[in-house]
Amino acid sequence: MRVAGAGVGDRIYDWVITAFALVIPIMLVLVFAAVAEAAWPALRSFGFWFLVSSDWNPSAGQFGAAPAIFGTIVSSALALLIATPLALGVAVFLSELAPPWMRQPVAFTVDLLAAIPSVVYGLWGVFVLVPLLREHVIPFLRDTLHLGATPLFAGPAYGPSMLAAGVILAIMVLPYISAVSREVLSAVPRSQREAALALGATRWETIRDAVLPYARSGIVGGVMLGLGRALGETMAVTMLIGNRHEISASLLAPGYTMASLIANEFSEATGELHLSALMAVGLILLVLTFVVNALARWLVWRTGRAGGAP
Amino acid sequence: MQALVYLAAAVTVLPLLAILLYLLKQGATALNADFFTALPQPVGESGGGMGNAIIGTLILIGVASGVGLPVGIGAGLYLAERRSTRLAMIVRFLADVLNGLPSIVMGIFAWELLVRPVHHFSALAGGIALGAMMVPMVTRTTEEMVRLVPTPLREAALALGYSNWRTSLSIVLRTALGGIVTGALVAIARIAGETAPLLFTAFGNQFWSTSLGEPIAALPLQIFTYAISPYDQWHAQAWAGALVLVGIVFLISLAARVAVRHRHRAED
Repeated sequence: MRVAGAGVGDRIYDWVITAFALVIPIMLVLVFAAVAEAAWPALRSFGFWFLVSSDWNPSAGQFGAAPAIFGTIVSSALALLIATPLALGVAVFLSELAPPWMRQPVAFTVDLLAAIPSVVYGLWGVFVLVPLLREHVIPFLRDTLHLGATPLFAGPAYGPSMLAAGVILAIMVLPYISAVSREVLSAVPRSQREAALALGATRWETIRDAVLPYARSGIVGGVMLGLGRALGETMAVTMLIGNRHEISASLLAPGYTMASLIANEFSEATGELHLSALMAVGLILLVLTFVVNALARWLVWRTGRAGGAP
Repeated sequence: MQALVYLAAAVTVLPLLAILLYLLKQGATALNADFFTALPQPVGESGGGMGNAIIGTLILIGVASGVGLPVGIGAGLYLAERRSTRLAMIVRFLADVLNGLPSIVMGIFAWELLVRPVHHFSALAGGIALGAMMVPMVTRTTEEMVRLVPTPLREAALALGYSNWRTSLSIVLRTALGGIVTGALVAIARIAGETAPLLFTAFGNQFWSTSLGEPIAALPLQIFTYAISPYDQWHAQAWAGALVLVGIVFLISLAARVAVRHRHRAED
């Protein structure tokens, strides 16, 4: 019954979709190769010192990425510290506690947060968040909670700061963490909940002792996906962090992240070495986010598999 | 403890409402008909708009879709049809990882391959950078949608003497089309507001330009430039631009939702 020539057609079809599928690994290799190639002159000149030196002086030809690496880690950590409990709260609320009529609107609102472009968050941050932090939040932290004496909140508060960057990042990664957590929570088998309830656990005890532990590694994966986003987020951070090559213990001081450093100095790079140093920062960022994302995916995948097998 | 969970939900919804309301208020006061048709004006001269940037963003979306959709849909078909081969597992994993890489890195990638060798910025490079970002997203949604197509449908076509490839393209792909369109729209909504990759590729342009070989203006770039400028007049323009950009993104997202609903109704 086979139409003549179908065998050839099938072979061509197979070949074409396989070729499209191969584009993805090839693209990833090209991304690494292109960024590494651009970074090579700087890596050759500075080697390991590029990672630990905090001397960034384009006119002297000296480049060290330590302040940007430090800023990236601090701002992302701050973002996760703020966003994780909130995102987990929203996920538990939506998957376990919310009355059915509320689920859709709240989930939709959280998804909308993810759809707002980074540059719009930056704009809002510059004109609303920074003044709000300067006039209300920082005085509250310092005077009411007496945190002004700690190094974390020492020094003058001009406006753009590590704190502002951390807060905007928290708002931006929250929907990612809550979406993955929600997915993972819904993969927890019913039997897990029913067993706890049958033993006389209250609804809250069921969530705490039966549902959350089961979903733990998936939730950690979701948090790491959020971390991946936060590490590479560019525009909003560039607009809020103050862009200064400085390692300061104070969250009120301006700083730099790797992504904001590249975005901010790219168009005014003063020479080949400066440009290459920026690309070397990009390479560090690429390797870091690749590792974080690969680990995160593995964790989420593992939970999904465990939840799928009864 | 339950109260804390309710509080977290409330605290999360708050910033979104705050951002949207503020955006509406600031954007609406600066928005007028000129904004959609006029070129940006130098500081000090009143009026002006972002007409060129709106067109530029639409062109960039077009190029990105032209690059990202065919590759993404093709790769998605592969993942759905050869779901457990070793290559499929690797590609699926790498697509997810690629999806999480920072957009600025994709900008550097396009800059090194497409801008640096020819020594000038171009709309084409910008569109390809955005298209590359679309590929993993479209791949994964296409895979999911094709997997939802019931096996009996495929078997029926094969039993009628259809070859594999015709079954895939004219039966399976067509059945999954609604979902694939939704996935494509979601991907477009996400790249429409991307700024970082364009810094290295499309670069921006103060004039009308629709040429793919030349630097091109884009709404997010223009908003960024105006937002970090010291002029109040430009700040107002940035808010108007942000309102239009968020409007475009939400419209696309809404279209994606309508496409989903339509599909569900068709299945009932």
